[in-house]
Amino acid sequence: MTVHRTDRLSGQELTLAYEQRVISRDLAVAIPDNSFTVIVGPNACGKSTLLRALSRTLKPAGGRVLLDGQVISSYPAKEVARRLGLLPQTSIAPDGIGVADLVARGRFPHQGFLRQWSRDDERVVAEAMESTGVAELADRSVDELSGGQRQRVWLAMVLAQQTPLLLLDEPTTYLDIAHQMDMLDLCAQLHDRGGHTLVAVLHDLNHACRYASHLIVMKEGAIVAEGEPAEIVTAELVEHVFGLPVRIIPDPETHTPLIVPVDRRRTGS
Amino acid sequence: MSTLTPPRPRTGGRSTPRGSFVLRLGERYSLLVRPRTLLVALVLLVVSAAALVVSVSVGDYEIPLAAVPAAIAGVGERLDVFFVQGVRLPRALTALGVGAALGLAGAVFQSLSRNALGSPDIIGFTSGAATGAVAVILLVGGGRLMVSLGAVAGGLLTAGVVYLLAMKNGVHGYRLVLVGIGISAMLTAVRDYLLTRADLTDAMGAQIWMIGSLNARGWPEVVAVGVSLALLGPVLLYLGARLRFMELGDDTARALGVDTQAVQVGALAAASALTGAAIAVSGPIGFVALAAPQLARRLTRTGGTTFVGAALMGAALLAVADLVALRALAPTQLPVGVVTAVIGGSYLIWLLYTEWRRGRA
Ligand SMILES: Nc1ncnc2c1ncn2[C@@H]1O[C@H](COP(=O)(O)OP(=O)(O)OP(=O)(O)O)[C@@H](O)[C@H]1O
Ligand SMILES: [Mg+2]
Repeated sequence: MTVHRTDRLSGQELTLAYEQRVISRDLAVAIPDNSFTVIVGPNACGKSTLLRALSRTLKPAGGRVLLDGQVISSYPAKEVARRLGLLPQTSIAPDGIGVADLVARGRFPHQGFLRQWSRDDERVVAEAMESTGVAELADRSVDELSGGQRQRVWLAMVLAQQTPLLLLDEPTTYLDIAHQMDMLDLCAQLHDRGGHTLVAVLHDLNHACRYASHLIVMKEGAIVAEGEPAEIVTAELVEHVFGLPVRIIPDPETHTPLIVPVDRRRTGS
Repeated sequence: MSTLTPPRPRTGGRSTPRGSFVLRLGERYSLLVRPRTLLVALVLLVVSAAALVVSVSVGDYEIPLAAVPAAIAGVGERLDVFFVQGVRLPRALTALGVGAALGLAGAVFQSLSRNALGSPDIIGFTSGAATGAVAVILLVGGGRLMVSLGAVAGGLLTAGVVYLLAMKNGVHGYRLVLVGIGISAMLTAVRDYLLTRADLTDAMGAQIWMIGSLNARGWPEVVAVGVSLALLGPVLLYLGARLRFMELGDDTARALGVDTQAVQVGALAAASALTGAAIAVSGPIGFVALAAPQLARRLTRTGGTTFVGAALMGAALLAVADLVALRALAPTQLPVGVVTAVIGGSYLIWLLYTEWRRGRA
């Protein structure tokens, strides 16, 4: 049986660099359609850089990113923004901006000079705030929210963009354990029921293994393994990538790999 | 039981940005309206108009307020018409135009650098323009037009140098401010050196130009600043709508479909040209470009910069300041830059103070 896998979003022969500093060289990456792809890897290995290249916020020094069969830079900027949304690792909220105002900014790619606030805008923004649990905060100022509340407001803004492809850079930072699970469940829901294609950078390997339908493991700018978590995650891989000895047991809830660091104090290494 | 504050209304799925409502025409057209912004704009327009009428009417030769409209239309008494059309009206209009230009350009610079100090006064533009003008006065000689051209050239050149030095993957607020302060200091040294070498009358002329003034400005100046505003104003308002997104960070703006690089370059060029035009007309009037955008955003309480508000605030601020400069110590005229600093500065401090008391400056 042949596997038919289509990829609306992919990168070919990508060289990613900041000025002279090359982060990734000759990278090939493809995001399977309708997948929940999770990218993991140590700090500074180039996860955010890859996400920025895939979303056109960083221009590759070499190679190309393809969106729906065309080089992404050949689209008008707003057209890309109607197909692909990005939650960057850091964003800035201007002083005094309101929660609903900020979420509403996500509608920009759908708006025009004479179409500033359609009924669609109104409905979609309300839904985005509802699903991220920030509807009660609608009239507050963003700068008086907690870090976790803020993170959810930013996610609401990206959801309000209503794109079939969503790239999320560490969507669970700042969140407590319950909100982390809420956030990941929300992503899973978007993926299962909404038919979205999701790409998320996560640091928690157990979350990654539990939720990802496709896992990409990066080290020093290169992809060292990818596929279904259960098939690729081994103790050797984790030790090779993170330099951390671990044991892997089945997650009692989902039977996906559960990574347990070896207690180095006891083994004395 | 009594409550001090009324309970927050439940939002229940309402998502329109706070304090706004929507005007719809069918399903295709919709405008987002903020009453508070409209009110502030209206008040500023009224203040500007009042300042215009009063400054046209008062002076050593008083024209009764009732006679002002006729004189403006050119059908009043002959002497009234002479003073109004020939002297006072162009001066007042120049004040409004220069104020609007400085306010709008200041808002663009501040938004681009994401820094309230990123105004042309601080980042070296004004200083470059002054040095250009002084160089023309002292080295070339020449009339007001030459001086104006020298100012514009000096300003644009300085802006270019500052931006090149501060640019690294886009403009960074603090770099821009620091580089600008450094360049300003160097330009001031050059200017002082030139002044020490000049003869007394030239040096006096240069000093007077550098204070910035609206004295004896006529219709050519009105046309110059008016045309600049008519050409560059709409461009900057269009780009300004995108700059508001860039205030969320470059990555977010790009992900939302804003072509950040084009917006940055275009906004820089247009705002520099507009500042140049304003300085060419009036000399460097300080503080309007710095204070007007901050005052406007605090009064309208928009999150982020308000470009129309900054332009209107600049116009009102300079018109009122010029009136005060003319009349406060009459018959002595104060330089208008002194007055903008006093009025704008104290108002800004008061606003910041009240915000700080509410715990969010
Ligand atoms: N704007 C920038 N200019 C220069 N170098 C950068 C820039 N952003 C990132 N880098 C460098 O690129 C490398 C990869 O960074 P990147 O942000 O992609 O890492 P990451 O995998 O997302 O790490 P983390 O898990 O800490 O978020 C790092 O060495 C970093 O120092
Ligand atoms: Mg990162």
